[in-house]
Amino acid sequence: MRTKQILLALLTLFVCSSLMFAGTVSGKVTYTGTPAHQKPIDMSKEPSCAKQHATPITTETVVTGPNNALDNVVVYVSSGAPDDGQVPSQAVTFTQKGCQYLPHVLVMHTDQELKIVNDDQTSHNIHPMPKVNQEWNKSQPPGTAPISAKYDKPEFISVKCNVHPWMHGEFAVLKTNHYDVSKDGGSFKLPNLPPGKYTITAWHEPDATQTADVTITGNETKEVNFTFKLTPY
Amino acid sequence: MNSLKPMRFIGAIPFTVIVGLIFTTGLAAGAFAQEAPDVGPKPPVVIKPMESHIGNITGHAAAAKSDYRRYCAGCHGEYGDSNGENAVWLDPKPRDFTIATFKCRSTLTGTLPTDEDLFNTIARGLTNSNMPVWNTFTKQQRADLVAYIKIFSPRWEHEKAGTPIKIPAEPPVTMDSIAHGKALFTKLECWKCHGTHGEGDGPSASTLTDSKDNPIRPYNFAAGKDDSRFKCGNTNQDIYKIFMTGVDGTPMPSFADVIQPNDAWDLVHFLRTLQVNRHGKENEILSAAHGVIPPYVDKTPAPAAAPADSKSPGGGQ
Repeated sequence: MRTKQILLALLTLFVCSSLMFAGTVSGKVTYTGTPAHQKPIDMSKEPSCAKQHATPITTETVVTGPNNALDNVVVYVSSGAPDDGQVPSQAVTFTQKGCQYLPHVLVMHTDQELKIVNDDQTSHNIHPMPKVNQEWNKSQPPGTAPISAKYDKPEFISVKCNVHPWMHGEFAVLKTNHYDVSKDGGSFKLPNLPPGKYTITAWHEPDATQTADVTITGNETKEVNFTFKLTPY
Repeated sequence: MNSLKPMRFIGAIPFTVIVGLIFTTGLAAGAFAQEAPDVGPKPPVVIKPMESHIGNITGHAAAAKSDYRRYCAGCHGEYGDSNGENAVWLDPKPRDFTIATFKCRSTLTGTLPTDEDLFNTIARGLTNSNMPVWNTFTKQQRADLVAYIKIFSPRWEHEKAGTPIKIPAEPPVTMDSIAHGKALFTKLECWKCHGTHGEGDGPSASTLTDSKDNPIRPYNFAAGKDDSRFKCGNTNQDIYKIFMTGVDGTPMPSFADVIQPNDAWDLVHFLRTLQVNRHGKENEILSAAHGVIPPYVDKTPAPAAAPADSKSPGGGQ
């Protein structure tokens, strides 16, 4: 009886302490070098999309901000996270609007439901091109139901629409829920990390990665910054 | 005395040459020994005990070893990775069996084809490509080859083939079905790639690339003579399967989620009229109407009570 109580007390203490002492990793992603020039997209072949943009949108392979900030970088806990296996029950949504993918980079957990929506007045075909997961390619005319899909292996997957060749997005399929995509001047934040040793990975399309090791000891915020070297081509 | 000097000199050369040779070959051998891991031959292909089942024929991978090496490896590569010695000269590129993505399937996009799909592909060859008709093989040889290509991807060990899509019986060809097929061709924007006359010249045609970033052309229905074939067969059922399941690894998507089975037959009938040189029921009906396809009028009575399926692509345009 007594042993049980002690064990229960220890367990409660452990759970509480891990809840109370939740650290955060945050920082900024910046670049050196010259980012690739982002070209304006000519959508004149698809007037229903062209008219949705007052000024032509540009390609989004590199999105930068003031002070060499780099957005659209996926920052995630690549090892050390305690909840690798928990698949969120909520779906993530990938929207085609104005012949553009929203968001440009979509992160999801392995086996998490991915909903693909066509908000346009034109047919799109959704063609993610994985190398590890299985490739498929589906047509989605306007007004049809969302396409539901999921990926069972972690991978960064380039997505395109063959009908509208300028459309390009990225899926990041991860085995963790501790992730963020750098935005608003390259900022990212990974909250709720219990004490422990972590490896943080930053990924920028098409295939650049960087890692940093960080140790969380308690209720603290550790700053980790990443710098990517960009080339114009 | 003098005559001996040259002799000694000559005698000295072989000695130095031999020492030098031993020294340099020793160095060279050392260098080779160090480079060996990089330039050495790849390990031999491990022939896993894969099987195929086509009707009452069972194919065994091991039995196809010599046929694969002799007839297939030249393009598809010894390791099934599409890097055979002829591959650089080919367009479209040979299939890469290591990723197990196949064009001609009776199964949904993203799934493995059935053994029969692969068996038929080998016999039929792939039109507009360098894959010839292999009807010189016996059925047993083909079944063995189907089993053999499974050794290259682990998917065949972890996954089952997809379930073939259900194809309802083909309704008779009528001007109505052709007109409805044309309406679908327009609505589903097939023309964006294939062109309004199916000549492979739609606005997106010139930008298309396959999943390995190689340029690829949409099918030109109008080209070819009476016997012109589609990539995955030439029966109406084959055409039905092509657009419903998609041509994986290429820009051609699957329409299985967006076309109702009977509407799909109407699209097949219209696609046949794009094959302008073909003699068939579809073109006979079209000729009788002086080549004019009337606008499609939806004659199906509105459902008496809710819920009406407003998303059915059967609506008239």
